[in-house]
Amino acid sequence: MTDLRNPQTATTDDIEIVAGTSPAPVAGSPGAPRRAGPLEIFGSMPITIKLATLWLLFVVLGAIYAKLDVSVFGGALPLQDPALQNNGFDAATGEFRNGEPNEPMSADHFLGTDVLARDTFSRVLHGAWVSLSVSISSALIGVGIGGLLGSLVGFLRGRVETLTMAAIDTILAFPALVLLLAVISLFEVRSLLLICALIGFLSIPTYTRVARATSLAVSNREFVLAAEAIGTKPRKILLREILPNVLPVLMAYALVAAAVVIVVEGALAFLGLSVPPPTSSWGTMINEARRDIKENFFQVVVPSMAMIFTVLSLNQVGDWFQRRAAHRSSAL
Amino acid sequence: MAKILALRLVRLIATMLAVSFLTFIMVAFLPGDPVNAVLPITEERTPEIEAAVRAELNLDKPVITRYVMWLGDVLQGDLGKSFVTDQPVAETIKDRLPVTAQLAVMSIGLALLLAIPIGVLGAYKQGKAPDQISSAGVQVALAVPNFVLAVFLIRFFSIDIPIFPAGSWNRISDGIGPNLRNAFLPTCALALSQMAVFSRLLRSDMVNTLREDFVTSARAKGLSDRYILFRHALRPSSLSLVTIAGINIGALLGGTVIVEQIFSLPGLGRRLIAAIGVGDIMVIQGITVFIAFAYVVINTAVDLFYMVVDPRIRRG
Repeated sequence: MTDLRNPQTATTDDIEIVAGTSPAPVAGSPGAPRRAGPLEIFGSMPITIKLATLWLLFVVLGAIYAKLDVSVFGGALPLQDPALQNNGFDAATGEFRNGEPNEPMSADHFLGTDVLARDTFSRVLHGAWVSLSVSISSALIGVGIGGLLGSLVGFLRGRVETLTMAAIDTILAFPALVLLLAVISLFEVRSLLLICALIGFLSIPTYTRVARATSLAVSNREFVLAAEAIGTKPRKILLREILPNVLPVLMAYALVAAAVVIVVEGALAFLGLSVPPPTSSWGTMINEARRDIKENFFQVVVPSMAMIFTVLSLNQVGDWFQRRAAHRSSAL
Repeated sequence: MAKILALRLVRLIATMLAVSFLTFIMVAFLPGDPVNAVLPITEERTPEIEAAVRAELNLDKPVITRYVMWLGDVLQGDLGKSFVTDQPVAETIKDRLPVTAQLAVMSIGLALLLAIPIGVLGAYKQGKAPDQISSAGVQVALAVPNFVLAVFLIRFFSIDIPIFPAGSWNRISDGIGPNLRNAFLPTCALALSQMAVFSRLLRSDMVNTLREDFVTSARAKGLSDRYILFRHALRPSSLSLVTIAGINIGALLGGTVIVEQIFSLPGLGRRLIAAIGVGDIMVIQGITVFIAFAYVVINTAVDLFYMVVDPRIRRG
């Protein structure tokens, strides 16, 4: 099925896929595969997906900015210290700071202050860093281990596949949150690294499933059969035919998986089982603001909306890329 | 069919063994000494007393031996006793399960009740305004985590308009009215995202069904659209919906944890969190294994049901 409204993408797709089976052509030579650049991809998105992408971009840049501010510039960038209590005692001046807890929005505090008079805008950005970290680490671990394993067993078939998938099914037999709670209770100190690693390892099974299913489908395609027929080594087939075709599907899945992972981290944080305070995480913020839910509902709304918008955007953009990947492979 | 059944049974047992072993090993490596959970701080402690406690709890034996002994007990319905409260774990589960199961079943019921009309409408008006609006609504519903929704519901319906109390629980035996008032908000919090999943699934299956010849012939006979949708098309379109709903019952036994915590409901999940807090090994492994077993058994049952209903799957 080719996209009739945009014949150009269809032809570049075709070239790319044909080229994938031959030795890598010299870049810039006629007939070389031309990957769509980021701007081109952005341009081809419908308006809602564009908005979602912009929101995700904002979250990612905000998170990186907040992290840089603390770890590289030592708080010199214009962003408040997320742990600073604006009504606390200031040792430098010998006086109490003149902030208040639960302040409304103002020029000093874009999104007001929380129960402990800390700047909410800054805490949202720092919370975004936690969400970003778990998303990226789960994608890296999921694709790196689960994706590779799934592609491999989907290509090899036989007993290895049966055994691997039985093991995967066993892990998936645990309800995820219960398993995570049971595992997390093993650790007394919960650093961001630990949370990222745990959530990352728990995402391996689903990535393995997706990768295996895709790899199975790709393995039956003509170009793989052709490569086998001309005696290409299995290792080379896996690296040059299977993986390049499984990867785009996994990347699209990673966006949808990131949405799940952000909610899981949020749930843990909400239960007080994620990164310890004063580190801010959206789940922690919602839980802390819940105590003053009657007086200052706004402080519950802010981190909630940050989480909902992010999850919604990840789902939309992920779905869009998944459809795009499916469309590309059906153009084969 | 008999062969498939036997195969599924073997797989089920293997999975249950693996699940119980994994849980046992995990819990065995919990930090902290279970002896601390048993002996009050005030009590006199000598190495002899501690050793006696250890021997009583079989903690002096190797992990594998303990696993086999524990599994033997589990098979006889004995999940051990809480180190802290001395209550048998099986009794705790019997006590707590009704609350969790009620939430699971009610939320699935509510989700289906909302999802069926939405899914059918979306398929019927495919691509038109009602479909686009409901699809957009479904996308938003999918993005709202249940704990966020729970907090919002408490603000609106327990504080602003105090019709549904939060933070208390009445058993069904105390009267159905008070029980439902307690259960309503948690049920809604759990139902929203399920509703979204269900209606999306039903819509896409129904779109395919509506392309079938029997629908065209029903239309040719002059039957009303409503009759065709609900009498002819709904049933063949609802197979995967029923499957997911079934699987969700198992998944929710563990999935209600956070909502139980928010509404302070005396369910399984909240007991599990409390046990994790004090390192009560027996309760943690008992509840975890119970939930995992229930999940696996329900999944297998759903698979088998699927085979019975749809002969095409039996061969695959």
